Amino acid sequence: MAFSRRLVRQTASNLLRQNQQPMSARLAARTLTTQSSFASANPRAVRALKRSTNRFIQVRNATSNAQVAPSSKAYIESGAIAGGQNLIDVKKVLVIGSGGLAIGQAGEFDYSGSQALKALREAGIQSVLINPNIATIQTSHALADEIYYLPVTPEYVTYVIEKERPDGIFLSFGGQTALNLGVKMDEMGIFDRYNVRVLGTSIQTLKTSEDRDLFAQALKEIDIPIAESIAVSTIDEALDAAEKVGYPIIVRAAYALGGLGSGFANNREELRNLSARSLTLSPQILVEKSLKGWKEAEYEVVRDASDNCITVCNMENFDPLGVHTGDSIVVSPSQTFSDEEYHMLRTAAIKIVRHLGVVGECNVQYALQPDGLDYRVIEVNARLSRSSALASKATGYPLAYTAAKIGLGHTLPELPNAVTKTTTANFEPSLDYIVTKMPRWDLSKFQNVKRDIGSAMKSVGEVMAIGRTFEESFQKAIRQVDPKYHGVQGDKFEDLDDVLANPTDRRWLAVGQAMLHEGYSVDRVHELSKIDKWFLYKIQNIVDTTHALEAIGSLYGVKKELMHTAKKQGFSDKQIAKAVNSTEDEVRARRKNFGITPFVKRIDTLAAEFPASTNYLYTTYNASENDITFDDHGIIVLGSGCYRIGSSVEFDWCAVNATMSLRDQGKKTVMINYNPETYSTDFDVADKLYFEELSYERVMDIYELETASGVVVSVGGQLPQNIALKLQESGKAKVLGTDPKDIDKAEDRQQFSSILDSIGVDQPAWSELTSYAEAQQFANKVGYPVLVRPSYVLSGAAMTVIRSEAELEEKLNAAAEVSPDHPVVITQFIEGAREIDVDAVAHDGKVLVHAVSEHIENAGVHSGDASLVLPPAKLSEDTIKRVKVIADKVAKAWKITGPFNMQIIDADNPNGGESSLKVIECNLRASRSFPFVSKVLGTNFIDVATRALTSTNVPEPVDLLAEKRDYLAVKVPQFSWTRLAGADPYLGVEMSSTGEMACFGKDLVEAYWAAAQSMMNFRCPQPGEGLLFGGDINNPDLAKIVDYVNPLGFKLFAANESVKNHLESNSKDGSVKVEVIEFPKEDKRALREVFEKYDIRGVFNLAKVRASSLVDEDYVMRRNAVDFGVPLFMETKTAVLFAQCMSEKLPKPEGIPSEVRPWADFIGGRPL
Amino acid sequence: MISGLVKSAAMRPASARVAKLGMQVRGNASVVSGSQRAPPLQNRRSTAPSFERATFTIRDGPIFHGKSFGAKTNISGEAVFTTSLVGYPESMTDPSYRGQILVFTQPLIGNYGVPSSVRDEYGLLKYFESPNIQAAGIVVADAALQYSHWTAVESLSEWCAREGVPAISGVDTRAIVTHLREQGSSLGKVVVGEEYDADEDEAFEDPGNINLVAKVSTKAPWHVASPVGDMHVALIDCGVKENILRSLVARGVSVTCLPYDYPVHKIASHFDGVFISNGPGDPTHCRTTSDNLRKLMDSSQIPIMGICLGHQLVAMAIGAQTIKMKYGNRAHNIPALDLMTGKCHITSQNHGYAVDATTIPSDFKEYFINLNDSSNEGMIHKHRPIFSTQFHPEAKGGPLDSSYLFDAYVNSVAQYKKTQSSLHPNMANRPSPLLVDLLSKERVGVAPGLPLYQHPEPVTA
Repeated sequence: MAFSRRLVRQTASNLLRQNQQPMSARLAARTLTTQSSFASANPRAVRALKRSTNRFIQVRNATSNAQVAPSSKAYIESGAIAGGQNLIDVKKVLVIGSGGLAIGQAGEFDYSGSQALKALREAGIQSVLINPNIATIQTSHALADEIYYLPVTPEYVTYVIEKERPDGIFLSFGGQTALNLGVKMDEMGIFDRYNVRVLGTSIQTLKTSEDRDLFAQALKEIDIPIAESIAVSTIDEALDAAEKVGYPIIVRAAYALGGLGSGFANNREELRNLSARSLTLSPQILVEKSLKGWKEAEYEVVRDASDNCITVCNMENFDPLGVHTGDSIVVSPSQTFSDEEYHMLRTAAIKIVRHLGVVGECNVQYALQPDGLDYRVIEVNARLSRSSALASKATGYPLAYTAAKIGLGHTLPELPNAVTKTTTANFEPSLDYIVTKMPRWDLSKFQNVKRDIGSAMKSVGEVMAIGRTFEESFQKAIRQVDPKYHGVQGDKFEDLDDVLANPTDRRWLAVGQAMLHEGYSVDRVHELSKIDKWFLYKIQNIVDTTHALEAIGSLYGVKKELMHTAKKQGFSDKQIAKAVNSTEDEVRARRKNFGITPFVKRIDTLAAEFPASTNYLYTTYNASENDITFDDHGIIVLGSGCYRIGSSVEFDWCAVNATMSLRDQGKKTVMINYNPETYSTDFDVADKLYFEELSYERVMDIYELETASGVVVSVGGQLPQNIALKLQESGKAKVLGTDPKDIDKAEDRQQFSSILDSIGVDQPAWSELTSYAEAQQFANKVGYPVLVRPSYVLSGAAMTVIRSEAELEEKLNAAAEVSPDHPVVITQFIEGAREIDVDAVAHDGKVLVHAVSEHIENAGVHSGDASLVLPPAKLSEDTIKRVKVIADKVAKAWKITGPFNMQIIDADNPNGGESSLKVIECNLRASRSFPFVSKVLGTNFIDVATRALTSTNVPEPVDLLAEKRDYLAVKVPQFSWTRLAGADPYLGVEMSSTGEMACFGKDLVEAYWAAAQSMMNFRCPQPGEGLLFGGDINNPDLAKIVDYVNPLGFKLFAANESVKNHLESNSKDGSVKVEVIEFPKEDKRALREVFEKYDIRGVFNLAKVRASSLVDEDYVMRRNAVDFGVPLFMETKTAVLFAQCMSEKLPKPEGIPSEVRPWADFIGGRPL
Repeated sequence: MISGLVKSAAMRPASARVAKLGMQVRGNASVVSGSQRAPPLQNRRSTAPSFERATFTIRDGPIFHGKSFGAKTNISGEAVFTTSLVGYPESMTDPSYRGQILVFTQPLIGNYGVPSSVRDEYGLLKYFESPNIQAAGIVVADAALQYSHWTAVESLSEWCAREGVPAISGVDTRAIVTHLREQGSSLGKVVVGEEYDADEDEAFEDPGNINLVAKVSTKAPWHVASPVGDMHVALIDCGVKENILRSLVARGVSVTCLPYDYPVHKIASHFDGVFISNGPGDPTHCRTTSDNLRKLMDSSQIPIMGICLGHQLVAMAIGAQTIKMKYGNRAHNIPALDLMTGKCHITSQNHGYAVDATTIPSDFKEYFINLNDSSNEGMIHKHRPIFSTQFHPEAKGGPLDSSYLFDAYVNSVAQYKKTQSSLHPNMANRPSPLLVDLLSKERVGVAPGLPLYQHPEPVTA
């Protein structure tokens, strides 16, 4: 039987191959009339076709039953997988990465690029990857053959092409960055010059999908409606166009990622401001009528070069049109669409994708009339996008992998469904669960930032929650966004109705507040918010259950049925406990007594229709049996949850590497994570993948179901760390590595401090105080500035450096009262000190490996925002040795097993002599710099840590810094200021970067030069252009910068006389001439004209403090530099270093610069 | 000339066509008055919606405890599952589901409520595939009692109760599907209110033993007129879906629907084409139909198209065999490979029997195959305009990818009509106004809802 089935497959695949001739396509649907139609077709093709069909039928004689569950063996042996007929002949393919993570372009491109690299490796094609994002998983030799940590700019990519001579290039796996780059390089004729073939969707199609005019024209050709839009390139034209279209207006910028430069305007004045800003970001903007209140939907489409076309997934936004998809709560599949609506949009999507000629993956976004069949296409992304990562995770369909295969010439029917391996990739997944995606914003981290959400994306990450009711998946999603939320809940609002009507990042809380506490009806919330009533009815169910629980008021009054209803609606134990005045542990015990525990279900792309051996799992209370068995007792690795400021792809790298390392040790692995942008949630990382909450409750549920042999809490950042102690103490789980009680001793400031004292390690003076008077006293004792951190702020936000008593009074009294309930921690702040990052791994208190990186910035800049240099360029060998001693002491004191990280301040001793090293922070877990130090030093710190955790093959301690290296690497932060309208681009103790990049070089200047250019949209100012100076004139660095750049022939400007005078009198070279320019602070448009008039292409503004007002000259200068897309240098040490780089590297010499070397070449091998 | 008309008509939206061709059809005014078809009768099995405890039991299999949200009625039937994500009103009213207990794998059903039984410009039901719920009962994981949609007039719960169809929610549908997948389609039973009693196992009734087509097929000919063309096709109604009719009528083909056992070969010369519709159950109950088709093919060159059961009947007519599948294919996402072009289409399917491709005789070729399980999805005559598909090119619900097959069929009908009129200049196959007036405008004598073998009385508490 199996044999005959194989034959069937074989013939079918032969047939597929023979059917690639374009002639045969003409036979479609015409063959039913007469044989004469055959005669007109290519006779050879037809003969081949007939022959194979006959053979097919003959072989089929051997089969009897038409429906046997497909077997993966038969499918693979059929040769259908390798059966590409018209494969594109390429030997070496260049893959363009997306660079540093930024708002609108985040971890999803690590995942998609990785899948493309996997597809290349499978096909035996050499891959070359350019991506300066060192924290990514794709930048590993396990995936790519050659890796360049270089800026994704036409200049550097051209160098790499010259060096590597690839014959193909993938542009659609690196987000908008790679796409824009491809379009630009094509226009420059580079691909033609070097005979590089663009794989997948053609450049022409990319252009058509990106240019709104071309796009509108293309859709008009096939009668697909798009919102009427008028392309304009000046503000006046925009105003005229708006008169024609009518307000409200939406403005969109062409070639923008994540809706950058887009926005709504209700009147002329708003439009004037909006278009002024948009026109700085894009030469062309589109003025369209706004369809606010319409439903918004999205379809993910895959098409191959032979025109097979499917929609893999559709999604519906909880928020009606008006909120960028990236900032919307989204469900998949759509829930409120009828068959007619669903298929109307599906058919249109396929028609569009065919017409545009996409080869690979594409998404189409729609606005759908809420009370009729009218619709508009909003946009088409002819590349892998944020939504496609979500769609991929939501359905289990590997979109990026499939798109890559298609790019290499495969057709959909000949590719297998990579999840089931038993069916074809040419199908549309059927979901038997509902997925809710929810964005994570970190807007409270920024001062002055506007909290409204609209057509430009502001969220920094997202979560995906799976359930079998909307209530279940929605409440899971809320908790995943931030564990401080229990589920649907309210919050305080000054004007509730206003927030319901005008969305901000807190709108879902407003809905909760209105329905839970203010008694709003579904109709009223719908009237205000236009959120579809279906969603609100479901939220009403949650509200009703909450009220039912509250009415009972005691845990033991809650009957089994209500308990079960609550769990089926996704209530957490904590949430139930809160409603009935009980505790999480009591609720857990009670429900387990009732026998209410979650069941485990698979995501298999086919709603269980065919057997699938996927390891892609979720838990639900809406079930009565498990899909899987639990007999492998693996080790659980807790992932990092959603990306947010301070926790991003670097922790995913750690979690993935820990999992791979456990696998190498022959151990079974279980990954828990819920971030759809990650590589760790790809189905082939762990033996079992739970797309689940990282809460104590859920981790324990899984731990108990799996009877796991241990849990790793130290590779997923702070989130898993927070539940470590409870897992061990309440849950009796075996936490691998450092004892959670010791972890706790490092997190508790008091204990931390006394242990450091006991082992003779220095730290800055600090105190926890409960009154303003005490604070004042302490500050006077240690001297200003001091670092103040009110402890009531959960996220660690609102940490500030305070420089005077007046400021202290203002801050503490204005922010909140200081009281025994709200203590404040004040730390001595040492100015002008250097900062050092130590990343290390220990086993039983003994350090195995460690890395010492130095910060370019002085202490005071959050280590996540700092530029790290490794090996250190300026630290003395003695200091490095003393740091090692501290690391040894700390490891021993806390009996550390596993990864840990410290920040140490290196302050000059005012009395001369040896500098003093003070520990300011210590985390007994992997840190964000682990991938960086691992990749720079060529030793996988996480692999060492994982071996330490399991005490398996623990390596001997080694001093990696003892080895002399002829290279160094610099890691720089990626900021997303442009996205955060109004925020002050200023670095402080609060972290504000969203991503990072690192480049290698022979020395600091070379590495920093490359790293700085790898910042998104960075354009290096060229000699002859204008540079604008501003900021603190007491800072001697400002004049230093001028000394570096003046000889290059830049035109120098300042906004006022004092800066001018300062620069002219303090520069070494007497020839410096600075011109004072007009500087309108409140008219953005006028200011923009000033920037244009003087050709200002770089701004150096070294402010000492964060601006206190919106008309502060320095704030206006920094903010507008960002808004106008002009490179801004606002931190003193990096600004000087970049000026030095310019003076050494400009003008650019001929030939390939020396930093263009593959990673393996720098570190001398491919260890990772 | 005719084909040109059809072609251009097919490319324009339906409403524009109606307006433009209004002049032409005025003479046939009574033909378009189909919209006056009477509303469906109130079902005498209606009950108030019941929200009692309920069980869903699979014979020799597990029992699932849940909650009723439909009629307070007990039912048994063949339990089948569909993996479609949308289109529950279409599926439930599809006569092919007659007698079956339909399990939805999509866990959230009822979200957009239930639309009204309004009719379109051809007099066909706009949102349903037949006037009543055809499924014997439905099983869902999470039913939406409150709905939100502009076309909805009642909730799924109210509709089921009004139609006398039991419905159960709160059960692990994925577990049910896993069971059915392993065991094959099985007899199942929905019991509302009382606990399930294992001794009643003999109470399972097997719709497989019943000629379900006889229940859903019209008892006398009826007619749907096309205002936009002058072709005329005889459709053998084995339980035809409204959208098959719409797909033909909108392309300029008037359709006369005949009872499933009508001797179509005797009157075929009055038509430009013959069409065999979808329908429920085992095709071998319809030997009469396939015998008639055999005679038709022997005596006429008329274009023939069949869908689903129609495909199986054409296969039987030419001597091929059909087989019962383990659990059938009911979904909107099934890849069917066109063996003529090598292209793959996503198709809508609903069948428990399939044609054994190895038995297709040599004057036919296999046209489509299922890429998931390699089952046959269609066949085509090597020389003559005869083809049939196992999947549903008319969709409703499901993807519209393969609707081009109707264009192909209508083209061959037009071609045939042209040839015929040149051979027999005096013959007019256009339906005469008198005939059209005499014919019913809707299915005749088809009892709504539950299969007739079912005990018709509602359960009393």
